[in-house]
Amino acid sequence: MAEYTIKVRRFLPESGEGPFWEEFGVELDPSLSVLDGLLQAKDRDDGSLAVRCSCRAAICGSCGMKINGQSGLGCKTQIGEAQELADKKASALGEAVENVPIVIEPMGNMPVIKDLVTDMESTHWTKIRRVTPWLLPHGEAPEREYIVEPESMIDITQSMACIQCGACVSSCLSMEADPDFIGPAALAKAYRFVGDPRDAETVERLHDLANDPHGIYDCTHCFSCVDACPKDVAPMDQIMRLRRRAGEEGIEDPNSGHDHEIAFVKIIEKKGTLDEAMLVQESYAPGLKGKLKPSKRGLIETIKSLPTIIRALRRRKVGPMKAIPGTHHKLPGDAMNDVRAIYKHAEEHNEEFNLYIKGDEGELAEIEAEEAREDAAEATATPSEETPNG
Amino acid sequence: MADEKIKVAYWPGCVSRGFTPELHGSMGWVAERLGIELVELDRANCCGAGVIAEHNQELADTLNARTFALAQQTGLSMMNICSTCQGAQSECQQRLDADSSYRAHINEVLSGQGLSYEKSEDGAWNNKNFLWLLVEDYGLDKLAAQVTRPLSGLRVGPFYGCYIVRPKERLGYGEYPDRDVYLEQVIKALGGEVVEYDGARKCCGFPVVTMNRETSLRQAGTHVGDAIDAGADCLVTPCPLCHLNLDMQQPEAAKVVNRDLGLAVLHLPQLVALALGASPKELGMSKHIASTGWVEERLASVPA
Repeated sequence: MAEYTIKVRRFLPESGEGPFWEEFGVELDPSLSVLDGLLQAKDRDDGSLAVRCSCRAAICGSCGMKINGQSGLGCKTQIGEAQELADKKASALGEAVENVPIVIEPMGNMPVIKDLVTDMESTHWTKIRRVTPWLLPHGEAPEREYIVEPESMIDITQSMACIQCGACVSSCLSMEADPDFIGPAALAKAYRFVGDPRDAETVERLHDLANDPHGIYDCTHCFSCVDACPKDVAPMDQIMRLRRRAGEEGIEDPNSGHDHEIAFVKIIEKKGTLDEAMLVQESYAPGLKGKLKPSKRGLIETIKSLPTIIRALRRRKVGPMKAIPGTHHKLPGDAMNDVRAIYKHAEEHNEEFNLYIKGDEGELAEIEAEEAREDAAEATATPSEETPNG
Repeated sequence: MADEKIKVAYWPGCVSRGFTPELHGSMGWVAERLGIELVELDRANCCGAGVIAEHNQELADTLNARTFALAQQTGLSMMNICSTCQGAQSECQQRLDADSSYRAHINEVLSGQGLSYEKSEDGAWNNKNFLWLLVEDYGLDKLAAQVTRPLSGLRVGPFYGCYIVRPKERLGYGEYPDRDVYLEQVIKALGGEVVEYDGARKCCGFPVVTMNRETSLRQAGTHVGDAIDAGADCLVTPCPLCHLNLDMQQPEAAKVVNRDLGLAVLHLPQLVALALGASPKELGMSKHIASTGWVEERLASVPA
């Protein structure tokens, strides 16, 4: 047993007042969860403290919340670990590491109904519905089940692991800046169907998500959802898969997403390191493959970027040569040959090594060794104690 | 270990030699002063910044395996000065280290170039951002002992860059749980004051600047504004891409968030160098877009 102080951001809609902080003292084993701490405070101190929960075992996805600023499930976060994190932060800021409270807030990027209970409907479920979250199969449904190769479903098992808790939505930094962003949960769900061999509308789905200015190219690649997800769905990885698939389909989106990706890849193939001026130009007006073809948006965006470039020139941050696309140096000849050989090899294979599915062989070997040790220990501990049936 | 001279294979990245040349120069200054020997990997290629991986994962993995192999050829561990390089390279390294047959497949093409990436079983070979190296290998006490001009009274807001703080499992937080408070520790070791504000571990928005300028600059502008409101004299970052959005784009970000900004943003080696007695001019601070004048004034009031 240990004593903890939990500091909860509360909001009582009927009070007419804004949110406020309230601290509760709780006493429980460090291995128990933050949710257990909240339920103890509710039980002992204030029955009006609102928190949504059900299974308490990281299956139902009800108790999403922010703990010390980190989005996750209350039931899957040990209170002892939460305390360590709170202490570490206080220490880094030079504060005394004594009775540091564990800070608990409702999920972000969604309205709060009461205390830790957020409105999942207005953001999370609305966004999920946005991506047509059901199978759109070829023709008539078969009389019995669909038959697919088991291997062809492996690719989407990771996105299928989602329990719709909303922790990733809560943590999303793009959505913080752009509330219209479709977001990590819904896009991971979209990949669940894009990657499904039974779905007939894959290309249409990709067009839809690539063309939306708040779609797949609005993800800022911050990994917040990867760390927030209690089920290792890694929503950002699913968004990158959607981008890869959209690129493979050759979908030209109006957000310069595909052009930016192709420009980056081609520049490194040509020069080995990044020609930044060329990346900007090529993202807006792809010309590496032919003539300059700026789109209307490309022209507008190019004009918008001019003040920044002029300022950089004035400050001599960037010399005139560096500001001109294409003048960036190449790596030495033999190094460029290496890079080109790598491109050729990788383009032939284009393998995606999915760690979620394949696992780390070192860790797998450790698990197997551990199991073998346990089996051996069991075998020696109970040599002939088998009781005959009846 | 502490008294052994540090020598590393140094990967400066693209941006530190491109749009933030002041970073590369400052790193050289600091390394010399701290006695860190840098063996520059001048034939290495771009890390792909996550964009190449988005296009073709195997391509990104092989390009970075080549960089690792070049570093291993020198017999030294690797150091980078860019959060984005760190994140993109750690991602590839995690996949390469996970599976020997995948590694062999990648090494197939490298072998034609006389190169091979070997997994280091005990972590003896590693790739660390300067921030990690400074705290874990050089040491904060030793750093503090080198300070000739303490940053007394200078209020510094840390800005990490996503790629160096997430995902935790991939970035070695199991072994080094304090990696997301190292900037605070360094600021204090240099005699400065840490400013707490909302954006320290958030995204600068740079990756989407060509795709959604508004979303991108709103992120940069919000964090700079929050730091100003918290009383910061400057920000410090180990990521040159963050620097581009926080500094180079700052006047544009100000328009998006509709407020005056004007906050100096220093590269990590610049902040360290200032405390070691370097002049702002030597560190290329005149190249910054947001004026560093206020930082210079603050420091001038403390004799070097």
